[in-house]
Amino acid sequence: MSGTERSARLRVFLPQGLRPFAGGAATVEWEQPEAPLSEVLMALWERHPALRDRIFSEDGRWRPHVRMFVGSEDVRWTGDLATRVPEGAEITIVPAVSGG
Amino acid sequence: MPNDRIAKLGRGQVALFVGTAKGMFVLRSRADRESWTVSGPAFAGEQVASLALDPRDGRLYVASQSWHWGTTIRTSDDLGATWSDPASSVLKFPEDTGLAMQQVWQIQPGRASEPGVVYAGVAPAALFRSADRGASWEMVRGLHEHPHRERWMPGFGGLCLHTIVPDPARPERMTVAISAAGVYRTDDGGATWQARNTGVRAQFLPDPHPEFGQCVHKIVQHPRRPDTLFLQNHWGLYRSDDGGDSWRDIARGVPSDFGFCMAIHPHDPDVVYIVPLESDGYRCTPEGRLRVYRTRDGGGKWEALGEGLPQANAHETVLRDAMCTDALNPAGIYFGTRSGKVYASADGGAHWRCAVDGLPQVLCVRAVYLGDPARAAVGPAARAARTARAAKPASRTKRAPAAKKRTARAARPPQAAPKRAASRS
Repeated sequence: MSGTERSARLRVFLPQGLRPFAGGAATVEWEQPEAPLSEVLMALWERHPALRDRIFSEDGRWRPHVRMFVGSEDVRWTGDLATRVPEGAEITIVPAVSGG
Repeated sequence: MPNDRIAKLGRGQVALFVGTAKGMFVLRSRADRESWTVSGPAFAGEQVASLALDPRDGRLYVASQSWHWGTTIRTSDDLGATWSDPASSVLKFPEDTGLAMQQVWQIQPGRASEPGVVYAGVAPAALFRSADRGASWEMVRGLHEHPHRERWMPGFGGLCLHTIVPDPARPERMTVAISAAGVYRTDDGGATWQARNTGVRAQFLPDPHPEFGQCVHKIVQHPRRPDTLFLQNHWGLYRSDDGGDSWRDIARGVPSDFGFCMAIHPHDPDVVYIVPLESDGYRCTPEGRLRVYRTRDGGGKWEALGEGLPQANAHETVLRDAMCTDALNPAGIYFGTRSGKVYASADGGAHWRCAVDGLPQVLCVRAVYLGDPARAAVGPAARAARTARAAKPASRTKRAPAAKKRTARAARPPQAAPKRAASRS
């Protein structure tokens, strides 16, 4: 971001199962201008690299049982990784209702 | 990371680590193995398909798999009381392979001559090696680049490398089993691998004796006789006396030669255990009877062991890593079922007890005696001594404080000396 602009803080909410990969944090937040979700996630990986391997497999595929929301919208329906994330948004990562 | 669901273990106890579809449980008993206490689960909700206790340094390795977040290997140096940070050890395929880790099927500590080395077999079928006690892992390229690889076909459980047998005498030799590719062996430390399936049939293929494509379910080896291998196949029981160069059928006297698990006696290389299943279509114990079969002559003949096991309405399945032994004498034999029961024998399989019923689906078991097996209080003399003590209440009361002190002493994982402490299966 530019030194003269100040972005609202973006917040990412992590489910219980991901917190051990983020030093125990339930929420990660930082100042972030509007950007595609892909860029926001890159910024998240910089803060907590282990999260990337939990949300994406090493072949670059989004794990099928992981859902992400920007606000209350499931990004699967708003452009996936191209979804625009506005300043001050809240991103929620949740395990899909699945499993045996 | 602490895990307060796992009870602390004490010296003189037998610990049975049980990996299930929903986490890991720990059963513990005195050396007599007559009654068991259960604690757990650790990693509740995650699948634990493979675990290993390293007899060289006592480190416990557990591969836990979340349906959502994938797989990681965690380690514990205090038998499960605390665990490594799960973010610190993640197995990943190299980027150029284009593959993604699906599941860890086997964790195998290396030889005594290679401290810190641990192996992992995974799906999609590949072998990984760690040289730093599980902190980082590297895929073994020699196997991955095998020309057969592109023609390997997955079995029902996926294309997985599920069995790793390092040769204890020849550090450059290792045998692995892949479903459904068969047996492969390296004699040059992993640089090149050769199919070793001569004599093993693949009756589900048009050519039942191909060079590769067999669906091997488990291989066991006794460290005192490393050239002799026993193999439970997807249809077929086999023995090799030339390190896998050739195999011969030893399925005489079993109700079915289909099955998954196989274990070898810790002290006798001619004694092997299996649990036959009716067929690959049904995959349950024949006639609704739960029977372990044992050979005591290296596969010449097999005998049914059912004393203490249910002999009616027991349509059970024992998976490939859900059977193991301990290092005590008489040897403990253990197995767990898909229906969540764990059975234990304290006398080499002659008699069985249900140690626990009601766990999630059992995927793997590993047993260890916490102490020197040669000095464990087991066998008829120890039982007689316990009976005599029980008959003298005054004497027992006097001894109680000392006994309590011994039990309360913090358990240390077996290290260095008790090389035989961890079981093989």
